[in-house]
Amino acid sequence: MSFIECVDLTHIYNAGMENEMLAVENVNIKIEEGEFVAILGTNGSGKSTLAKHFNGLLLPSSGKCLVDGMDTKDEEHTYDIRRQIGMVFQNPDNQIIAAIVEDDVGFGPENIGLDPHEIRRNVTAALRAVDMEEYRHFSPHHLSGGQKQRVAIAGALAMNTKCLVLDEPTAMLDPRGRHEVMDTVSRLNKERGITTVYITHFMEEAAMADRIFVMDQKHLVASGTPREIFRDIGAMKKRGLAVPMAAEMAYRLQQKGIRITESIINTEDLVRAICQ
Amino acid sequence: MSIELKNISYTYMPKTPFEHLALDDISITIPEGKITAIAGHTGSGKSTLIQHFNGLLKPNKGTILVDGVDIGKKNTEAKAARRKVGIVFQYPEYQLFEETIAKDIAFGPRNIGCSEDETQERVKQAMDFVNLDYDKYAHRSPFQLSGGQKRRAAIAGILALQPKYLVLDEPTAGLDPKGRESLMEKFRRLHKEKGTTIVLISHNMDNIASYADNVIILNKGKVTMEATPEEAFSQKELISQAGLELPEVKTIMNELAQNGLEIQNNAYTMDKAVEEIIEALRRKGKC
Amino acid sequence: MLTDITLGQYFPGNSPIHNMDARVKIVLLFIYIVAVFLFDNHINYGIMTAGAIGVVLLSGLPVGTVLKSIKPLWWIILFSFGIHLFSTPGEPIFKVWNFVMTKEGIIQGFIISLRLVLMIAISSLLMFTTSPLKLTDALESLMSPLKKIGFPAHELAMMMTIAMRFIPTLLEETDKIIKAQQSRGSDIGDGNFFQRAKGMIPVLVPLFISAFRRADELAIAMEARCYQGGVDRTRMKQQRLHDVDFWAGGIFSVFLISLIVVQFTL
Repeated sequence: MSFIECVDLTHIYNAGMENEMLAVENVNIKIEEGEFVAILGTNGSGKSTLAKHFNGLLLPSSGKCLVDGMDTKDEEHTYDIRRQIGMVFQNPDNQIIAAIVEDDVGFGPENIGLDPHEIRRNVTAALRAVDMEEYRHFSPHHLSGGQKQRVAIAGALAMNTKCLVLDEPTAMLDPRGRHEVMDTVSRLNKERGITTVYITHFMEEAAMADRIFVMDQKHLVASGTPREIFRDIGAMKKRGLAVPMAAEMAYRLQQKGIRITESIINTEDLVRAICQ
Repeated sequence: MSIELKNISYTYMPKTPFEHLALDDISITIPEGKITAIAGHTGSGKSTLIQHFNGLLKPNKGTILVDGVDIGKKNTEAKAARRKVGIVFQYPEYQLFEETIAKDIAFGPRNIGCSEDETQERVKQAMDFVNLDYDKYAHRSPFQLSGGQKRRAAIAGILALQPKYLVLDEPTAGLDPKGRESLMEKFRRLHKEKGTTIVLISHNMDNIASYADNVIILNKGKVTMEATPEEAFSQKELISQAGLELPEVKTIMNELAQNGLEIQNNAYTMDKAVEEIIEALRRKGKC
Repeated sequence: MLTDITLGQYFPGNSPIHNMDARVKIVLLFIYIVAVFLFDNHINYGIMTAGAIGVVLLSGLPVGTVLKSIKPLWWIILFSFGIHLFSTPGEPIFKVWNFVMTKEGIIQGFIISLRLVLMIAISSLLMFTTSPLKLTDALESLMSPLKKIGFPAHELAMMMTIAMRFIPTLLEETDKIIKAQQSRGSDIGDGNFFQRAKGMIPVLVPLFISAFRRADELAIAMEARCYQGGVDRTRMKQQRLHDVDFWAGGIFSVFLISLIVVQFTL
């Protein structure tokens, strides 16, 4: 059984009303436990809508979404699902609730009614896991974007979450902040086996995933390893997306008659292909 | 002619426990007719800096000259000079407020006293420039647009002021790859066709590499570098100290050079890099 | 600049006053204020003033800071002093037109001013020595018995928490929007009242839209983190009484008893 499974999932906003809008249509997706998947797609392709189904923030208009075997439509499982799937959103400012870092990280565990000692233990462990322990008494207002996003990740970890769904967590950050978030996410995935769903517009970030899903015009149009996905530059560009810089360079070199047979997704690949 | 900053210093919340020196004795020149990039990580002072270009912030020390006029003065000449500078702030779509897109874009021209005909003409031109069809969108609410369209409508609001110097603060933040590229191409066209001087504030070095003629790097309120992109990107140490990264293309080229490919290694754009690699491979007799 | 406003008046510290439980502080403050207005023995005014000075010294805050807190209410104090000065019947000292200033009036004026000063100083001390968060938690916990009659204690506290978190963010945002509109040639803050009010529209509309967007995103984020109102919610920071609170309670009881004794025996 997959950890997250969507079956013929369709979502229509404001169904039956004048401003009805189809956002996601007939998506079938399976994400295994411990996997790191990236979702790519232009603005409006439906990827954020899809992600909000994974913890029951949105419910499918038709089809279903199962998390760890539980149907998100099943109200008695709502909080079990949300506990297991932590979400991190794009704007770091709009997801931090408390005026002190440790209080914010404790917000989730407080909501699920953990015992105060356990909350404190979880908060300390979570802050340590994202390397933010020394900031526990800070006001979020005085943190950098990357630090705020790490606090948001800690907020999910403190609920002993099994899976992180991150919706463009680096879109508003500078290079340093992006690295902080990417390093934290990939470390949590590798060391703790946290299942990771990572939505991004940055191809270099997606290249780090085990698998990539591509959304286009409300549909899931492709899935595969980064190598498989980034091989077809033409298709990616047609969907308004891009490929990592190294892949693009390899493609341009091929066009000019240089023989590169390997699939290229990062600098190491390219160096190996050219300098051997 | 140019925007010239002479010994600018600026302190936030002076005489409080939160006192913070944001700009420390900055002297730079933004030459007319060029694309100048200002790079620096969050908190390096770049947003504070650009607010000095049109007098939104007044420096604690130093003077700012726009085309030779001190904009700190309180006369009509200084006011006119301040208006030569248009600033597109980060996420400009959050400043839209009017009922219709046309009205919102007309806000600027009306404020600076354009006649009604002139205003309408400017609105049409600006919408045309950002690819928002006038007949289709002029009378729609800006809040019904998609994210990318809102961004373009807001930018049109600044373009309608027809600034001689256009300052762009992270103009492509949050857009998808296609949106990023098409927006940057529009600015390049503006620069080419109308000769608008562009100041691009960004921490995306690939963007800077593809578009800028000059690069200014800020770190902790000081200028660490004012150079051509080629010079700037050859100083890896200074760039990473400033919390920035080399353009991806440059990183790839450095790696290739380190692994024994004999390239000139001064390319920082894709086209140039591809040329250099092919040349190097040819010399090596590999193709 | 708008963001120059420093929010909250909390001065972090480690004095016994800082370390007291916020609930205890609120309750004692409340009794003290009642006492200040109830007891009218002159010796008691002395004891109460001494008590206030003692607490201020104990807090380790500069006396000047505490006195400054009276400044905004200076006019009210002066005004009540004036009213009592002329409206209290008694031995006349001075007469201007129809107003008679009496000896009793001077005393009464002093007393009412002293009461106001004590009340303001001690209340400010609560704000100075208690972080807003602890204050909110304490208010929630003190108001929680009212939940039984349907009083939304948790919701109010949560609103206060979120407001405290977002006020700096929204101030910053306001500043940004004002600057963006100024860059479009708008003269915000110029002209007569009507023009100025109209000039605020380009700021207020984006600000409201942004506040709603933030509220919406925040609500989603809270929901994603299992928020379901105050039901079955636990708190990480338990409010527990410590030695300092029992000491404070003890000393305050002695203080109160002596006030009562003085009031009814002397």
